[in-house]
Amino acid sequence: MFYRENGQFKTTYKADQQAFAIPQDRWAIVALVAFAFIGIPLLVDEYMFRAIMVPFLILSLAALGVNILVGYCGQITLGAGASMAVGAYAAYNFMVRVDGMPALAAILLGGVIAAAAGIVFGIPSLRVRGLYLAVATLASQFFWDWAFLRIKWFTNDSSSGSVSVPDINLLGWTINSPTDKYLFCLGFLVVFTVMAKNLLRGNMGRQWMAIRDMDVAATVIGIRPMYAKLTAFAVSSFYLGVAGALWGFVNLGSWEPAAFSIDRSFQLLFMVIIGGMGAISGSFFGAAFIVILPIFLNQMLPLIGGLFGLEVSIALVSHVEIIIFGSLIVFFLIVEPHGIARLWATGREKLRLWPFPH
Amino acid sequence: MAFFLETLLGGLMSGMLYSLVALGFVLIFKASGVFNFAQGAMVLFAALAMARFSEWIPGWLGTENLFIANLLAFVVAVVVMFVVAWLIERLALRHLVNQEGATLLMATLGIAYVLDGIGQTIFGSDIYKIDVGMPKEPVMMLESVFEGGILINKEDFIAALIAALLVVSLTVFFQKTSTGRALRAVADDHQAAQSIGIPLGRIWVIVWCVAGITALVAGIIWGSKLGVQFSLSTVALRALPVVILGGLTSVPGAIIGGLIIGVGEKLSEVYLGPYVGGGIEIWFAYMLALVFLLFRPQGLFGEKIIDRV
Repeated sequence: MFYRENGQFKTTYKADQQAFAIPQDRWAIVALVAFAFIGIPLLVDEYMFRAIMVPFLILSLAALGVNILVGYCGQITLGAGASMAVGAYAAYNFMVRVDGMPALAAILLGGVIAAAAGIVFGIPSLRVRGLYLAVATLASQFFWDWAFLRIKWFTNDSSSGSVSVPDINLLGWTINSPTDKYLFCLGFLVVFTVMAKNLLRGNMGRQWMAIRDMDVAATVIGIRPMYAKLTAFAVSSFYLGVAGALWGFVNLGSWEPAAFSIDRSFQLLFMVIIGGMGAISGSFFGAAFIVILPIFLNQMLPLIGGLFGLEVSIALVSHVEIIIFGSLIVFFLIVEPHGIARLWATGREKLRLWPFPH
Repeated sequence: MAFFLETLLGGLMSGMLYSLVALGFVLIFKASGVFNFAQGAMVLFAALAMARFSEWIPGWLGTENLFIANLLAFVVAVVVMFVVAWLIERLALRHLVNQEGATLLMATLGIAYVLDGIGQTIFGSDIYKIDVGMPKEPVMMLESVFEGGILINKEDFIAALIAALLVVSLTVFFQKTSTGRALRAVADDHQAAQSIGIPLGRIWVIVWCVAGITALVAGIIWGSKLGVQFSLSTVALRALPVVILGGLTSVPGAIIGGLIIGVGEKLSEVYLGPYVGGGIEIWFAYMLALVFLLFRPQGLFGEKIIDRV
């Protein structure tokens, strides 16, 4: 009844081609962002910020990066964790080695370095595709895992191999409370999402999608596959690098290479596939699902066990957790292979006709 | 020279073990187009079953005979792997026919989680050992040719022999039996195979069973070498470069690829490792495979990729 575009006439191309062509969408997004900036800090307590909100925001950003590559350009990657690691360690090195480097600049430069590394490890995509490429991208994962563990220069010769950064100071605003961290990450996420949305509507995004849908056909109509694929790798790695730097600087504070292991790559790919490939909103849904589910299971299982009078040991909880996690993933893929974003889109279509479907 | 040969032989033998795991990937991919990331979890699961049953069975039956205990444990483990294969086909893959490669890949990752969890819940999560009576002591070879001879681990040697035996019997199975022919037909073209009356569902169960057996053999060999523990499931990650080097659809490719990767890894670790800080085995294999892919994208023996608009 309320979500209906009857009577909204577009008289210019500009109005027709804007990012959110339906005013209801536009207002809903504005309201959502306003709620995220103002409402949530008032409602949510510190534990929620630390355990759920901040990881969710950063991993959404990372999932967005993976989605650009996997969902929009069709190049499966299992090296996402490595790109995050490159971003984090590059940002760290900029902080340590350059005097008076602002943290914001270090994070963005970390993203730039990650983009450069992404281009190098994206070169195989020019020759191989599909599952071969997925395995080829594992090369970057294992190479960077090794490099940050063994080459001491990257970790500034720290003896334990772990590195740490002080609290970020942004123009006099010291980011140390969970609320500050949340707002800082949210700012990043909003800016980067707007960037992605516009990038994907433009020339570059359309080239990526053409390559994804059928690369030979795209080449025939004059799209250069090398340019399109490598830009996708670069942009995606930039997003991942920034997300990695944020993960290190804001969420962890001090970290070691294991924070960006291959499990992280799998996790990010899960987010994109469960959330929805080729949909920006899918990155958020996927990140929420993957971040919240383990925490939920961890809290609920002992309670459920207690209900039946069972003493549940910690080891058993962690095992049952991965069993449920794995089977839910399989279940989701069977029920809705196109991800939560597709469910959302179906729901919206229904809403347009509701309550008078004829 | 002797040292070089020793490294080379060591590489060949560990390569044989890689190809054993790689075979599991290739079998399933060939027959159903599923890139089975759960192969590592299956290896761990099979090894856990074998280790624990060989521990429990003497207690149940009251025999002290190691051979009988191992034999029974092996039989039980095979049955367990068959049940696992059947369940995977029945509960997951049957419903995912015709999905994209990436979706299937993620589904097998989910299966891997489930297998890891169930395996450790039933069988426990400590380090167990499999003792199938493999000789541990090293032997000297070719002492007349080189001064000091070449040191060879007997265990590795036997493992390589078993692996070779398995490969030969699999090849015979694929080439000579009617089930093997049906498997190859399904691998070539699902629809055509179905139209001449080959039951797809049953074929997939059989393939997963065969992959389960290779996982069991790999699990026993690796397990008796390294001990059965969680890190066993990462063996699959070491075998991935083998698969893409040899070609996803080629059984001989898995063997030759395994040998190349095994030798490459060992030689690089010994001759290149000291200069860059060591531990390069794992990514070197990937780099090797990657450089190779740049020149031959379909792998060593993979089918030629033909693009049509």
